[in-house]
Amino acid sequence: MNRLPLDTALLRKLLVGFVRDEVRKVGLGKVVLGLSGGIDSALVAFIAAEALGHENVHLICMPYRTSNPESEAHARLVADSCGADFRLIPITPMIDSYFQMFPEADNMRRGNKMARERMTILFDHSALLSALVLGTSNKTELLLGYGTLYGDMASALNPIGDLYKTQIWQLSAEMGIPREVIDKKPSADLWAGQTDEEELGFRYSEVDELLYNMVDRRLSDDELVASGYEREFVDIIYRKVRDSHFKRRMPVIAKVSNRTIDRDFRYARDWGR
Amino acid sequence: MDFTAALAQIKPKLGAVSENLGMIEETIRNGIDAGADLIVFPELAVTGYFLKDLVPEVALRLDSPEIAGLMELSARIAIAVGFVEVTDDYRFYNSALYLEGGKIKHLHRKVYLPTYGLFDEQRYLAHGDRFRAFDTRFGRMGMLICEDMWHLSSSYIMVMDGAKTIICLSSSPSRGVEGKSPGSAETWHRLTSATATFLSCHILYCNRIGYEDGVNFWGGSEYVAPSGLSECRARILEEEMLIAFVSEGALRRERIFSPLMRDEKLTLTIRELLRLERERSG
Repeated sequence: MNRLPLDTALLRKLLVGFVRDEVRKVGLGKVVLGLSGGIDSALVAFIAAEALGHENVHLICMPYRTSNPESEAHARLVADSCGADFRLIPITPMIDSYFQMFPEADNMRRGNKMARERMTILFDHSALLSALVLGTSNKTELLLGYGTLYGDMASALNPIGDLYKTQIWQLSAEMGIPREVIDKKPSADLWAGQTDEEELGFRYSEVDELLYNMVDRRLSDDELVASGYEREFVDIIYRKVRDSHFKRRMPVIAKVSNRTIDRDFRYARDWGR
Repeated sequence: MDFTAALAQIKPKLGAVSENLGMIEETIRNGIDAGADLIVFPELAVTGYFLKDLVPEVALRLDSPEIAGLMELSARIAIAVGFVEVTDDYRFYNSALYLEGGKIKHLHRKVYLPTYGLFDEQRYLAHGDRFRAFDTRFGRMGMLICEDMWHLSSSYIMVMDGAKTIICLSSSPSRGVEGKSPGSAETWHRLTSATATFLSCHILYCNRIGYEDGVNFWGGSEYVAPSGLSECRARILEEEMLIAFVSEGALRRERIFSPLMRDEKLTLTIRELLRLERERSG
């Protein structure tokens, strides 16, 4: 299955309304986000431009020296097609200077450090531009834990965190995102030739359908197996969701008082807004 | 009798009582200017919905100056409005008031507090314990708050108690993006339509819009005639004041065409329900 049931016109309206409402209610009118050249950040850029006007959207492309040059070209293409402000801030000097101290660091440490470097740049520009940082993590990667905590997972608002990758593709076509960006293989672009699907070990279309049945429709393990999934695949995905849950929560606070933040001190973030 | 109802599809701010009251009062004045006899606001219009620990901070007593201000406005237009009520013994209710002629005509406390999925009302609120119809200038009515309407017995009791119009105040969040409208909107539409059809009554459904922590409320307020047909419907996700003309003739004709309420066997229903109660306790 390459599609999940979805009315893209309704979804577009909900997400554009979300960005407009949640940004304006904190008294701001602008947003900033990292533009990788991939489809997720492209979609968020388009949603934001429609919600707030392209002049209020700031896109920052932050390549490292091993990033695929095509990514920067695609990022520029996205910025041009939605008309938003584009800035290029390479992170090579910061990353290389740090890892001079740790030359033995593996790809995972380097990738995480890059994601967190980009996060600090985005939040610095949040202050510089009085703009909220928009997140670009989708539901598939959030559920699988395929992201860096306090790195690409950090944001003030995330318009696409409840959309599976398959739905991202569906909505992107509706919103007119450049075809090259929609059609290319998803990649974290940490090293040359990396693709998400190779690294994860399964296709987005397969895992999205399983997650949709497991999480959204709450089918039991037995029901999933009976409907045709390999039990091993179900188990692997269930474990990935469970083991990455810490990434989706606030840090755990040791409770000692009568009212502990988020446990018995509970307020919506939109408190008073 | 015929009357004109304004359904105020507004966007309250979470926990901002005085700002919301200012907006509600302005909307009431707009309703008066539009020639409405009755203006209906959504559930928790005064406070916003996902209140959590804000409940005690935003609650109002029935004798508060805020409620008195609304009562005063009701000299010119009848008002149905949702708020958090606090009682003398510090119970907090998700309540709705019907104000008319400068007085409180009726108070309904939400009976069914949803506590599942994204809802958590029972954690913070006390539940009401009655469904009562009441007389207004526009005939006998019943008020329900959102989830109340999902229990068939609520509307049934109201109509058996003589209500010809059911007002439902709602804060219904969108879930489901499979169809042209949110899934929850389509389900609600079927529910209001079926309820009006089964009970041959008018239904005035008022839902809010806006976002709270990423959850959006879909609006789509509507007037459903006793035939079960939606006579007018506000837009999805947009602020609007929907003006509905509620015709006594439509109800009269429907009750002649399909005299379901005349034929309803209330005593039989009560007898069977009492039997169930006996069997369960026995």
